[in-house]
Amino acid sequence: MSTTATEPAGPARGRTGLSPRQRRKISIAVQYALFVVVLVAVVFIVDWPKIQDTFLDFDNTREMYPDLFTVALKNTIIYTLTAYALGFALGLLVALMRLSSLAVYRAVALLFVEIFRGLPALLTLLIIGYGLPIALGGPVPGGTVGAVALGLGLVAAAYMAETFRAGIQAVPKGQLEAARSLGMSHTRAMFTIVIPQALRIIIPPLTNELVLLFKDSSLVSALGIAATGVELTKIGSDFAINTADSTPFVVAGACYLIITVPLGFAVRRLEARQAKAR
Amino acid sequence: MTPMVEIRGLHKAYGDLKVLKGIDLTVERGQVICIIGPSGSGKSTLLRCVNLLETPTGGQVFVEGEELTHPDVDIDAARRKVGMVFQQFNLFPHLKVLDNVTIAQRRVLKRPKGEAERIARENLAKVGLEDKADSYPAQLSGGQQQRVAIARALAMNPDLMLFDEPTSALDPELVGDVLTVMRKLAQEGMTMLVVTHEMGFARDVADRVVFMDGGVIVEDGPPEQVIGAPRHERTKTFLRRVLDPTHAQEDDLDGAALPAEGA
Ligand SMILES: Nc1ncnc2c1ncn2[C@@H]1O[C@H](COP(=O)(O)OP(=O)(O)OP(=O)(O)O)[C@@H](O)[C@H]1O
Ligand SMILES: [Mg+2]
Repeated sequence: MSTTATEPAGPARGRTGLSPRQRRKISIAVQYALFVVVLVAVVFIVDWPKIQDTFLDFDNTREMYPDLFTVALKNTIIYTLTAYALGFALGLLVALMRLSSLAVYRAVALLFVEIFRGLPALLTLLIIGYGLPIALGGPVPGGTVGAVALGLGLVAAAYMAETFRAGIQAVPKGQLEAARSLGMSHTRAMFTIVIPQALRIIIPPLTNELVLLFKDSSLVSALGIAATGVELTKIGSDFAINTADSTPFVVAGACYLIITVPLGFAVRRLEARQAKAR
Repeated sequence: MTPMVEIRGLHKAYGDLKVLKGIDLTVERGQVICIIGPSGSGKSTLLRCVNLLETPTGGQVFVEGEELTHPDVDIDAARRKVGMVFQQFNLFPHLKVLDNVTIAQRRVLKRPKGEAERIARENLAKVGLEDKADSYPAQLSGGQQQRVAIARALAMNPDLMLFDEPTSALDPELVGDVLTVMRKLAQEGMTMLVVTHEMGFARDVADRVVFMDGGVIVEDGPPEQVIGAPRHERTKTFLRRVLDPTHAQEDDLDGAALPAEGA
């Protein structure tokens, strides 16, 4: 029994004399119409041949292969994973320091987090990439990969520390108490009982951090790095400059998306699964 | 013979809030002591001071003659002799039932895997759950979870077991299974300190019943005395409320001001 316009106005009707359902219908129709208008406008206004020539001129990218994959994508992945590993370990350490009963540790950890979340990632990377070798009087251990891992890893650690801390605090206090009552030391209870549960809780934000780091690895392109150390953004911009064409950017961008889109999808799946488990 | 537990002049305060105000309690080997009392009287705090989950602000706690409140005590070693069962079970949700029962045996007592699993299965059988070894805690009922928690504590071969309202979070029809396990444990001679509202259990199983109110022990004696013929007005009021909750009198609400009642 649906309300139609011919029926007398019931209590659900507004000033207009339309039921909420009818108003929704009209609103949806307007939204569709707006979409079509904008679409048609874009199709006619944009100079498509020019767009294609600028961004989709794949003749200009032939020279990029196979280095795009064998060098650039590979390096991007190496930078990301090494920085992530460092960020993970250091982030966990900083999180545990943040939760320490000693004020000194808490203060140092807080300082670390504030500094490396507050600085632009690019600046941190430049300081490590250019400044540290001078300070050390020689190359950073691990060479280019070591410097990049450290630069990006410090920033990632600051963010991950806060994620770890939230995860650890989300584990009910009774878990630690039960573990302690079984004779486990505080440290053992943390590592066998609390942290494994915290990790489960924070898998989505930790995966998201991997996506962010994967994109931030493009900052490495600002460091003057040998050809063997080139990553996706650098190879894209080098070819774009050489060919005076933007298609190499698009190709590099596609390489990022191949990785980031599935990962982002996985994050949303994990989040949905956790929401359901609650 | 040294008593299993000896508590002398125990005080505990959270900031300005004095929760325990001088508790003296001795528990002999093999005794079952039930602690009863109104909410907020400090029962959990007392129990948690016995294995130092809370740090007392004054007084001494001895377990088997060893002073737990001594500054240089190895608290992790001392806790191995004291099992604890919580109201909220506190099973480790990321571990299967069997691993819940083996993890501390392996990591703390350094028992080899095979031995730890054998002992775990023995204790799971004891609580009637040997067939649940491969389940996760979330797949069990509350009563089953609590029995696993008991098995987990027993697998460490404790000399003393602490129970903090083990059946309070359970649906009524599941309470019996847990109490049956505890009864059996008492019959086997385990020393037990049990905070509970189950007066039937206290009456049947306890050697002594301790009534606490306002951070002190008000009454301490055999169950037929403390539950059957309480001497103190506060005990009487409390028991009336617990035994016949639907007929609690208006005056009984908010035990702060207990009227003379003319009785
Ligand atoms: N960590 C804490 N910080 C501050 N106050 C606390 C803390 N733990 C307990 N208290 C307070 O101490 C008092 C006694 O608490 P306790 O848990 O020992 O009572 P209880 O007798 O076990 O009560 P219930 O029957 O409700 O479990 C309460 O007033 C409680 O609010
Ligand atoms: Mg309590």
